[in-house]
Amino acid sequence: MMDLTLQVWRQASRTAEGKFVTYEAKDISPDASFLEMLDVVNERLTERNEQPIHFEHDCREGICGSCGMMINGVAHGPAAGTATCQLHMRNFNHGDQIRVEPWRARAFPIIKDLIVDRSPLDMIIQAGGYISVNTGSAIEANTLLIPKAVQDRSMDAAACIQCGACVAQCPNGAAQLFTSAKVSHLGLLPQGQPERYERVVRMVEIMEEHFGSCTMYGECEAVCPKEISIDFIARMNRDYIAAKFRNRKSEANG
Amino acid sequence: MTLDSKIPPGPIDRKWEYAKSHYKLVNPANKRKYDVIVAGAGLAGAAAAATMAELGYNVKCFVYHDSPRRAHSIAAQGGINAAKNYQNDGDSIYRLFYDTVKGGDYRSREANVYRLAQLSVNIIDQAVAQGVPFAREYGGVLENRSFGGVQVSRTFYARGQTGQQLLLGAFQALERQIALGRVTMFSRHEMLDVVLVEGQAKGIITRNLVTGAIDAHAGDAVVLATGGYANVFYLSTNAKASNTTAIWRAYRRGACFANPCYTQIHPTCIPQSGDFQSKLTLMSESLRNDGRIWVPKTGGDSRRPDQIPENERDYYLERKYPSFGNLAPRDIASRGAKEVCDEGRGAGPGGRGVYLDFADAFKRLGRKVIEERYGNLFEMYQDITAEDPYVVPMRIYPAPHYTMGGLWVDYNLMSNIPGLYIGGEANFSDHGANRLGASALMQGLADGYFVLPVTVGDYLGGQLGKKVTTDRPEFKQTKAEVEQRIGKLVGAKGTRSVDSFHRELGNIMWEYCGMARSADGLKKAITDIRVLRDQYWRDVRVLGTNDEPNQALERAGRVADFFDLGELMCIDALHREESAGGHFRVEYQTSEGEAQRNDDKFLYVGAWQFTGDNSEPALQKEPLVYEEAKLATRSYK
Repeated sequence: MMDLTLQVWRQASRTAEGKFVTYEAKDISPDASFLEMLDVVNERLTERNEQPIHFEHDCREGICGSCGMMINGVAHGPAAGTATCQLHMRNFNHGDQIRVEPWRARAFPIIKDLIVDRSPLDMIIQAGGYISVNTGSAIEANTLLIPKAVQDRSMDAAACIQCGACVAQCPNGAAQLFTSAKVSHLGLLPQGQPERYERVVRMVEIMEEHFGSCTMYGECEAVCPKEISIDFIARMNRDYIAAKFRNRKSEANG
Repeated sequence: MTLDSKIPPGPIDRKWEYAKSHYKLVNPANKRKYDVIVAGAGLAGAAAAATMAELGYNVKCFVYHDSPRRAHSIAAQGGINAAKNYQNDGDSIYRLFYDTVKGGDYRSREANVYRLAQLSVNIIDQAVAQGVPFAREYGGVLENRSFGGVQVSRTFYARGQTGQQLLLGAFQALERQIALGRVTMFSRHEMLDVVLVEGQAKGIITRNLVTGAIDAHAGDAVVLATGGYANVFYLSTNAKASNTTAIWRAYRRGACFANPCYTQIHPTCIPQSGDFQSKLTLMSESLRNDGRIWVPKTGGDSRRPDQIPENERDYYLERKYPSFGNLAPRDIASRGAKEVCDEGRGAGPGGRGVYLDFADAFKRLGRKVIEERYGNLFEMYQDITAEDPYVVPMRIYPAPHYTMGGLWVDYNLMSNIPGLYIGGEANFSDHGANRLGASALMQGLADGYFVLPVTVGDYLGGQLGKKVTTDRPEFKQTKAEVEQRIGKLVGAKGTRSVDSFHRELGNIMWEYCGMARSADGLKKAITDIRVLRDQYWRDVRVLGTNDEPNQALERAGRVADFFDLGELMCIDALHREESAGGHFRVEYQTSEGEAQRNDDKFLYVGAWQFTGDNSEPALQKEPLVYEEAKLATRSYK
């Protein structure tokens, strides 16, 4: 069992003033996840008639992308390739001080305590993060042959869970890693070709409306719980530039 | 009341065709005049919302998450079945249908299951067209693998993240319709009641989880795709927020709740490690394709697994079910694990675990192949347990995972309340008493992409000019009732947290309404639940107010409904004096310990009707008729 000291950002609402509050977290099992540790703290807060710490979470198996917090300044904490819900307390030591903050990004205003509003990420998907195919108009699935390597690369990008860690960690608050993951997932596949260049332009434009600029710090890749490669950003930039040239002539005219 | 299943006439393979050809259609120009409410955006909800928007309806979609992509469908790992027969191994639509009926222990509705098998092939086409990156062979064609309970390879998968990729396909389709203005998305909105006007579903009441505002929304039809209720056990593989409230509120408004006792306990989960545990993590049962399950032959064997020689191990599934072996269906595999642990032969701390061993697979296939197939699952296991499954066999134990029961629906997925449709895990129809692996994704998407969009249209075809607004007294009345209920919970000054009650309820359910049930146990559970529920309403503590984000308040309402549902599950389990699939009554088993059905007495869907807070629910029966899949004792030997 371990004893920890937490400094947690508490903020009642988007407009309220926030501050760090110190909590003692005693008798924590090293086998508990970080969120289970917070559950224990919250049970004790409730016993003391103090409002529990609000944090977003759901699947608790690292796939829904709901959870995420800055843990000692690092999105999702010290373990590589791990979302907060899968971060186990054995990654910490008895007596540690842990600072817990919400995602830090201008695009993600705080809703309460550690919960932020990540809706601009959905807006990027709305701008073009899909293949335009209505239900019913699909061709027979094996008509389309896709090399395994292409499929695997596409899947690497598609593994993104839209948690927002990349944005939170980026000194510029940029969303390039997130956007490039979706651009690449679809743009690598033959199904994604008809809209490939239009898609990248539309998604990048909306991204730039909400998020900061990418200056290739690479911190996004380092904290990504799904270890999405920064190479996808280069790929997106290439497609974006190509799109700008291509769009001078309409596709129909070749 | 009679439950009319509305099964179309004709031979089973022509029923869906017949139905589609006879549904009412809505003039394309009129479609935009209809508002369809969809609660939930998992596979069924997102697919239905997107597809109905494509057809031209105005869709309003509600989720309690910040984004529709968070729905728990995203966590499904293993795969999705489809009768493509790409492997040329003798698969067919009929065989998928038959396997599903048999896997469900002959407690599902034949016509629905056949349609599901027919639609399975369209789902794969649709998903691929959307860019779902299913696994492929080197030649570029789609790859398949086998899954529990069947002997063909018909499961399509995307690494260990099939649910994620399929949900993203549906989510992206939904986002496209949001961008086009055909779907209005209400995220961070929890549905708290359904509104009936003259007996028809015409709207819902929601709570805005940021501001606390209680709002009424009107629509011409309401679709609930709000998932299952395995969190009644507190510890389950479901996401923390998964709950029964939407369907439970509909039940209280008159929708029948069918087969609530049919719950699935999944065999391959990571064993519990402590009291702090907040959920159980499932590992795809695809692991059973290559892993072998065993326990020591004698109890109290404390040797390390690699020190236990081959002849002192009991590969109990292979021993008892030679033809299916480790691929026996989930209910059978789970009960097998419970039995050997009850005998004191379990592995690991507390003796609640069995080994899932890949040593032979490493020898046969090499580490690289195993890594490719299961790498992410092995990593997840190591993250959680701090044990390396490449070195030490995994330990697994069953956990509540899926609920086959749900709101009763007819062939068109409409509940007994006109205009109220139920899709995905929230309905009861396709899996009978046990669901086979890789069938939940199939059903959610079949309902969402292909069934609901046409059947809801059939209903809407008769609703022209019958639009209602939220000014109607029914909306004000229902909203007032929701507010009153919240008022009772918010600021409740008891001494115990919501979670502490939920845990205690979960213990009762797991003990008496889990993998093995008895009349005495169920009676005790019903009494215990009632006592605990009284305490809950007197002694729960919910801090904060309604006018702010308040997670304790959100949970308090959900747990209150779980109490009532838990009671109904026990009532249903007590009434069903037979064993079928996931419902195992210790009094009804064969001499070999297998589930013993009683087709003479229980060949029906047990649908419960709410009759008031202080009166027993009324049982309505829909008889089950098997014309194609002849009733037989399920055998996996």
